Amino acid sequence: MNLYAIRAIYRFEMARTFRTVTQSIVAPVLTTSLYFVVFGSAIGGRVGGIEGVSYGAFIIPGLVMLSMLSESISNGSFGIYLPKWSGTIYELLSAPVAPIEVIIGYVGAAASKSLMLGVLMLATARFFVPYEIHHPFWMLGFLVLTAITASTFGFIIGIWADSFQKLQIIPVLVVTPLTFLGGSFYSISMLPPIWQKITLANPVVYLVNGFRWSFYGVSDFAVGTSFAVILTILALCFALIWRIFVTGYKLKA
Amino acid sequence: MPGSGVIIAVESLSKTYASGVRSLESVSLEIRRGEILALLGPNGAGKTTLINIVCGIVKPTSGSVRVDGHDVVRDYRAARKLIGLVPQELSTDAFESVWSTVRFSRGLFGKPDDSAHLERVLRDLSLWEKKDAKIMTLSGGMKRRVLIAKALAHEPRILFLDEPTAGVDVNLRRDMWAMVRKLRESGVTIILTTHYIEEAQEMADRIGIINKAKLLFLEDKTQLMRKLGKKELAMQLQKPLAAVPEALANRKLTLGDGGNSLIYTYDSNVADTGIAGLLDEVERAGIVFTDLRSRESSLEDIFIDLVKERS
Repeated sequence: MNLYAIRAIYRFEMARTFRTVTQSIVAPVLTTSLYFVVFGSAIGGRVGGIEGVSYGAFIIPGLVMLSMLSESISNGSFGIYLPKWSGTIYELLSAPVAPIEVIIGYVGAAASKSLMLGVLMLATARFFVPYEIHHPFWMLGFLVLTAITASTFGFIIGIWADSFQKLQIIPVLVVTPLTFLGGSFYSISMLPPIWQKITLANPVVYLVNGFRWSFYGVSDFAVGTSFAVILTILALCFALIWRIFVTGYKLKA
Repeated sequence: MPGSGVIIAVESLSKTYASGVRSLESVSLEIRRGEILALLGPNGAGKTTLINIVCGIVKPTSGSVRVDGHDVVRDYRAARKLIGLVPQELSTDAFESVWSTVRFSRGLFGKPDDSAHLERVLRDLSLWEKKDAKIMTLSGGMKRRVLIAKALAHEPRILFLDEPTAGVDVNLRRDMWAMVRKLRESGVTIILTTHYIEEAQEMADRIGIINKAKLLFLEDKTQLMRKLGKKELAMQLQKPLAAVPEALANRKLTLGDGGNSLIYTYDSNVADTGIAGLLDEVERAGIVFTDLRSRESSLEDIFIDLVKERS
């Protein structure tokens, strides 16, 4: 294992985050805080609770998950797309690094940034809405696993994309709608029966519900189901990346 | 091969891109430990493809490459650790500082931090004063130096320089030549591609000529020039000629300078160059010359002849 290479990639990527701290950290925390203020404090006070949890507190796990997904995908895709775009990918391809080391470096850095954001968002939410965490270890587990899975998915997008426009297509046209329709702001039991069934095809529903369960012990599914879905997505992402490196897809001529 | 005289062995290497373009066709060559090998060839000849396959950037269609005994596909870690690459394009991390990008390169190639080595590399390349500058603020020549610093950050035993002096000024080019010589003295094997034949002539121990995906020639520089080089004897005429006189038709003569000079091309390696007899015949033909000049063909002439001949 080329540990020095993993450290080099990780350090390089994290340095970029801290160099662009406003864009990387301040902006997403501020945006999510606005959600907490508007939906949590202002509107939430006038909306009844869901499954025994105040509306303001109910949406916190969903909002954090929504931001984490979006940021993880963005970080994961940008990290590998940037050297492709600038041409510096030649160095990565000619270095004595195995695919797994490249993935650990890039995905590790992207997930670390997202985790930092997740923790910051949770801390910020505390200023606006009171909430509890019933199962802190599960909460941490969901947070870490979601950050890794979404960053890995982002990494695939970064390899696939050959323009900045393509880099945005899947996050904007697929991931954002899925996260908004993934039960961040509501319980799926509130939907008409047909939509409840359709929603089951949305993987984000399982992430949000699992995460919410770790806070309040309430969920539309068993926590094991949520965990299994995340692990399955992660396994699929890894299988795809493995295939990409074996074939050299979009990386090697 | 480890410890032997050959550090890179390329065997029957071919590459056809997905577009159908054939960039290398059964190329075989051996690169000796510690030498400077210059690869010459027109644009699109296959030089960069060859380098990129050795470095792991491009996948070969068939054939094999061994670096110090390590297959570049099966045993890529051991092979790549030995190699540093300076690419043709000025691809840099524009927003990074010189120091962080060089440190990144060292780590990527599996080496622990070594500030003293990096400082030495940056000082040798006159980059130390710019170590904290963002790469985007540097001139093109400086960026080229940064790429060299990155390639040297992990102390490679083999250095590929893909057109390292393209677009750099004369002073910087001379600096780079000096640096390459210094590296060779320390035992680094250097493979460079260049469009500047003067550069190959000045620097290389051996010269390879690639054209249309094939290796046409790989020879010791002096032998190549001796074998393929020609000499010319130019006679400056008192009166211009419209054509080479009939009496001299059996000689390899051409007219130059609008008929003001008579040029004799000969092989300098043979015992009898025929110059003495030619001068007698010229005198008998009543041709008066005012000056005599001889010129040896340059590597550029040889290169152009070879590429034309094999096209």
